[in-house]
Amino acid sequence: MTELALVTLNINGKSHALRVEPRLTLLDAIRDQCGLTGTHMGCEHGVCGACTVLFDGDPVRACLMFAVQAEGSLVRTVEGLAEGGELNPVQRAFIAHHGVQCGFCTPGFLMLATGILEKDPDIGEDELIEVLSSNLCRCTGYRGILAAVKAALAEMRGTKR
Amino acid sequence: MKPAPFTYHRPRTIDETVHLLAELAPLEGRVLAGGQSLVPIMAFRLARPAHLVDINAVAGLDGLSTRDGVLRIGARVRHAAFHRQVVDGPLGAMLAQVVRHIAHYPIRMRGTFCGSLAHADPAAEWGVVAATLDAELVAVGMRGERRLAAGDFFHGAMETALIPDELLTEARLPILPQGTRFGFSEFSRRAGDYAMAMALAVLRLEGGVIAAPRIGLGGAEAAPRRIEAAEAVLCGEAPGEAVFRAAAEAAAAAILPLEDPETDAQYRGELVEAMVYRALTQACAPGARA
Amino acid sequence: MSVELKPPSGRVLGRSVTRLEDPPLVTGRGRFVGDISFPHQLHMRVVRSPYAHAVLRAVDIAAALETPGVVAVWTGAEIADLPPIDFRDPAGEALRPYRQPLLARDRLRYVGEPVAAVFATDAYLAEDAADLVTVEAEELPPLLDAAAEPGTFAAGLSTEAVALRAGYGDVDAIFASAHAVIALDLEIGRHSGVPLETRGALAHYDPMRDVLDLYGAAKVPHRNRDALARMFGRSAAAVVLKEGSTGGGFGIRGELYPEDFLVCLAALRLQRPVKWIEDRREHLMAANHSRQQRHQARIAVDAEGQVLALEDEFFLDQGAYVRTHGARVPEMTMAMLPGPYRIPSYRVTGHFRLTNKTPAATYRAPGRYEGSFVRERLIDAVADRLGLDRITVRRRNLITAAEMPFTRALSALGTDIVYDSGDYALLLDKALARIGWEHLQAELKRRRAQGELVGAGIGIFVDKGGLGPLDGTRISVDTSGAVELVTGGSNVGQGFVTAMAQICADTLGVDYRRVRVVYGQTDRIQYGIGAHASRASVMTGGATHAAALKVRGKALEMAAGLLQARVEELDIVDGVVIRRDRPEGPSIALGDIARHLAPDSPLLGERDPGLSAEGWFRADHMTYPYGVQIAVVRVDRDTGGVTVERYLCAYDIGRSINPMLVEGQLVGGVVQGLGGALSEEFRYDERGEPLSVTLADYLMPTARDIPPIEILITEDAPSPLNPLGIKSAGEGGITPVGAVIASAIDEATGIPGGVTRLPMTPARVKALLRAKADTTDGARKVTP
Repeated sequence: MTELALVTLNINGKSHALRVEPRLTLLDAIRDQCGLTGTHMGCEHGVCGACTVLFDGDPVRACLMFAVQAEGSLVRTVEGLAEGGELNPVQRAFIAHHGVQCGFCTPGFLMLATGILEKDPDIGEDELIEVLSSNLCRCTGYRGILAAVKAALAEMRGTKR
Repeated sequence: MKPAPFTYHRPRTIDETVHLLAELAPLEGRVLAGGQSLVPIMAFRLARPAHLVDINAVAGLDGLSTRDGVLRIGARVRHAAFHRQVVDGPLGAMLAQVVRHIAHYPIRMRGTFCGSLAHADPAAEWGVVAATLDAELVAVGMRGERRLAAGDFFHGAMETALIPDELLTEARLPILPQGTRFGFSEFSRRAGDYAMAMALAVLRLEGGVIAAPRIGLGGAEAAPRRIEAAEAVLCGEAPGEAVFRAAAEAAAAAILPLEDPETDAQYRGELVEAMVYRALTQACAPGARA
Repeated sequence: MSVELKPPSGRVLGRSVTRLEDPPLVTGRGRFVGDISFPHQLHMRVVRSPYAHAVLRAVDIAAALETPGVVAVWTGAEIADLPPIDFRDPAGEALRPYRQPLLARDRLRYVGEPVAAVFATDAYLAEDAADLVTVEAEELPPLLDAAAEPGTFAAGLSTEAVALRAGYGDVDAIFASAHAVIALDLEIGRHSGVPLETRGALAHYDPMRDVLDLYGAAKVPHRNRDALARMFGRSAAAVVLKEGSTGGGFGIRGELYPEDFLVCLAALRLQRPVKWIEDRREHLMAANHSRQQRHQARIAVDAEGQVLALEDEFFLDQGAYVRTHGARVPEMTMAMLPGPYRIPSYRVTGHFRLTNKTPAATYRAPGRYEGSFVRERLIDAVADRLGLDRITVRRRNLITAAEMPFTRALSALGTDIVYDSGDYALLLDKALARIGWEHLQAELKRRRAQGELVGAGIGIFVDKGGLGPLDGTRISVDTSGAVELVTGGSNVGQGFVTAMAQICADTLGVDYRRVRVVYGQTDRIQYGIGAHASRASVMTGGATHAAALKVRGKALEMAAGLLQARVEELDIVDGVVIRRDRPEGPSIALGDIARHLAPDSPLLGERDPGLSAEGWFRADHMTYPYGVQIAVVRVDRDTGGVTVERYLCAYDIGRSINPMLVEGQLVGGVVQGLGGALSEEFRYDERGEPLSVTLADYLMPTARDIPPIEILITEDAPSPLNPLGIKSAGEGGITPVGAVIASAIDEATGIPGGVTRLPMTPARVKALLRAKADTTDGARKVTP
């Protein structure tokens, strides 16, 4: 066992002061130390994307970071998407367009989609699909997910005007 | 798949980093930059570094600028920086095209250009770029700074000229003059997977014939490199299908192919041929200028 | 936070209403087993065999025991009193010696086999300790080819566990005299479901109630509960399985594995909650594999392409042990291989063989993905041999609607094969019309003339669902009008809750959003069938319908008295009993009726209290949905890469509960099928070392790999076997995909019969093209 490090994680605007081993992944810290189990563990080697969170606005794989690396950064997880009880456009679209089956990949896709739509609202369809191909889903065959994200994009573009 | 325990260090300066590496590299200390290649290996416990030196807070490593005809890429610059053209002209356009082939978007948010070179996976896109353009790599250790030519940098799969206590602080790519043409083609099982073969063609057309051709290959051998045999076929020739095919065949013949249960030498050669041909076609397509 | 789902208007059965499951899932508040933790829980980490085949000499756990945080380490010796894992259904005596022990005893039979279990205070420490366990063994040569001569499993036991035989008709005479006979040697590669959530379990023993609770249940909670109770000598009531959210099943999750038993045993013996979540590498080498079969099949036809006989001998690579399914997979392969065609004579032999690989079992459409590949390859070969069109040959052999119900002289899963209803030719017509087959063929021909390697493939199949014999549910309405539907079902992501709520709501007359569906809690209902084999819609749906009718009857009987009307004059709309002729007139809400039926109600009379009822549904035979699928592919001449340009999945499911959910199942199945056809494979080296142990090696389709998928759902042949006509839809997306892609690749490459194995990786396609180029003198052109 190595020396514990002190780190404060800022998740969805709330601070969590932790004492952790350096090797504790950001994913495990979010889930086990902070009790936010919405971010899921699908592979722990950075391929499936179920652990996707927003890190200073960027979609990243929480399984490939250590909690000690997150000091001073803003982390957003699926629990932080809805504001004041209102689901965000991506969450609503996933329900409307049947983008969810078992729900295990869903938080990762929601964060990926929310992140990219916030960073690049003018993103083209081909590029959007390219980004969404970062994450794996085994249930839906992606059709519902793509339909949902496109609908959310259209809504977010419409709202902007 | 949890990593084995390690002691974590987060230096603030290059000097501090160098001293740490000097002390810790002999004790299985490694640099943590993007972590997108290192952390999975640690998760599988194929690597168990006792110390990680996180360079994400080190000042002076995040530079991305041009000076004296050279694009300087600091160790902390992430793949995602190249999504937009970082410099006007063919080089910026090439980097923006190639970067799309690297893994996936979230990986590119963290992974670094220099980290990829130092990791030296045979199928790394930046390795082909560095080798093809004869990049200069700057390494800093206790003995001071070393400048390594790309041709001397890649020794083999996951092996470079870096000694364990050195940090790759900067990669330098020549700014390509206006009118330089390029083409890049890669074959992988799925988009974002490791390339089974990739080719980068860089050349000029002068007086209707090919000048200064560079053909770089990656994913096909243990290390990326320029293929002189293919370049020789192209030099002074007018672009056209037959010339491209001849150059592609020469490239395939020149390689010492990587073999695995999925890809034998013959298939690897066929892939190399196809990628070189396509890269050349792209480079010489009308209106292919950046 | 409450989430408003859009209110439905009118009846909900057959409507694409949004899912009740979704609100918690899109807010990250699902309850997957990894999300649950108890104070003082221990984490289990399994030590696995590094050898494919070896004599186990010793397991050294001393260093692991010294590791901080480690509470216990078990090897086979510590649990020697426990028997191997039994079959879920009674299987032949012949198979019993091949069952898997919880931890290896004297022999290691596959890389990944559990050898020891470490119990520690956290998962990181458990893994550290597990690394320190050393396994001493003498390697033996591994057996890796199920079609090779069988070896010795143990003294007196062959690695051929059993050879199953089935058939009808005089096959030999027919082959001897047929106009044409074609023989094929075909292989389906080893692959499996690989759900995104890995396996996991959390066991908690409560001494106060003397109950062992197991979280992470799925698929068949009641059956598993019974097996666990038997294993530990406890009564069924003393073991409770609890299902929360489940991250995909596909047949893989929910079978009892060694780890499930170890977690429970540890909770009992160590007197602390025990949690186990496998990692992805473990999953790929320890969770059930599937599909690997080699078929040597031949078909006899007349000059018009009518099939006279089909004979098949196949070798199923079962891996190291026979798991909970016994011999179900070869059984189903054999019974469903003839598919939609008449096949007047048939003989099949299934060699069920053990090898030194991860054990195999059922994966979505088990036996049917494989059988469809074989059958449709044979039909395509007939067309090619006789110079006939592929569609024409199929039409000539399809069973007609007039012949329904059609009895196949075969049985599987304890029931005989009787196709309940179906108009295969009609669906074929619809599918061809939908894709515009003639126009498509002309277009592809034009593109081929310009040098593109493009082609279309087709496959027709029959699937099965609705396996009985019986299911039951209980519905109760409380005094607020809220409805609770208690089932013994399982929700693996397919929308079980929503589908059952729709049936309940539609029959009873309430808003489906007011129906709470209970599933996967074995202490809430005595008996349950879970969800597998595409049976829930039929069986649990049928029982729900029956229970809802009874509750409706009770409510109307009570309301009739209160509203002074006759039952026939009343209806229930949105939870309120109204008069049909005066909807605005006097009415009474179901909640109020429930109040009047309370035990202390002055109006109760002689009735049994409560607005509630149980309902049961029986089925002796399965239902048989059927489908046609068509794919268009483009092959890259230089790399062998295959791009699927277009895909049509046409499926007749009898009656659809929620078309959106059905489409979701079909699309998901098609994409899994594409994975098995083109890229997914568990490969081994010559020492039996698994090579596909990361998601970078085991290649599943991503959003960029999928074609536009068109779904055509028809309800032309409702099942006569249940009042709602439901046949089920869970497996029909995946079944023929291997066959269809093979057919398309053949046309694209211009090599009829070229595809004889799956997956058709680029390297394999390239090898086909290379062989063709070597035999013809065409100049090889590298395309830009």
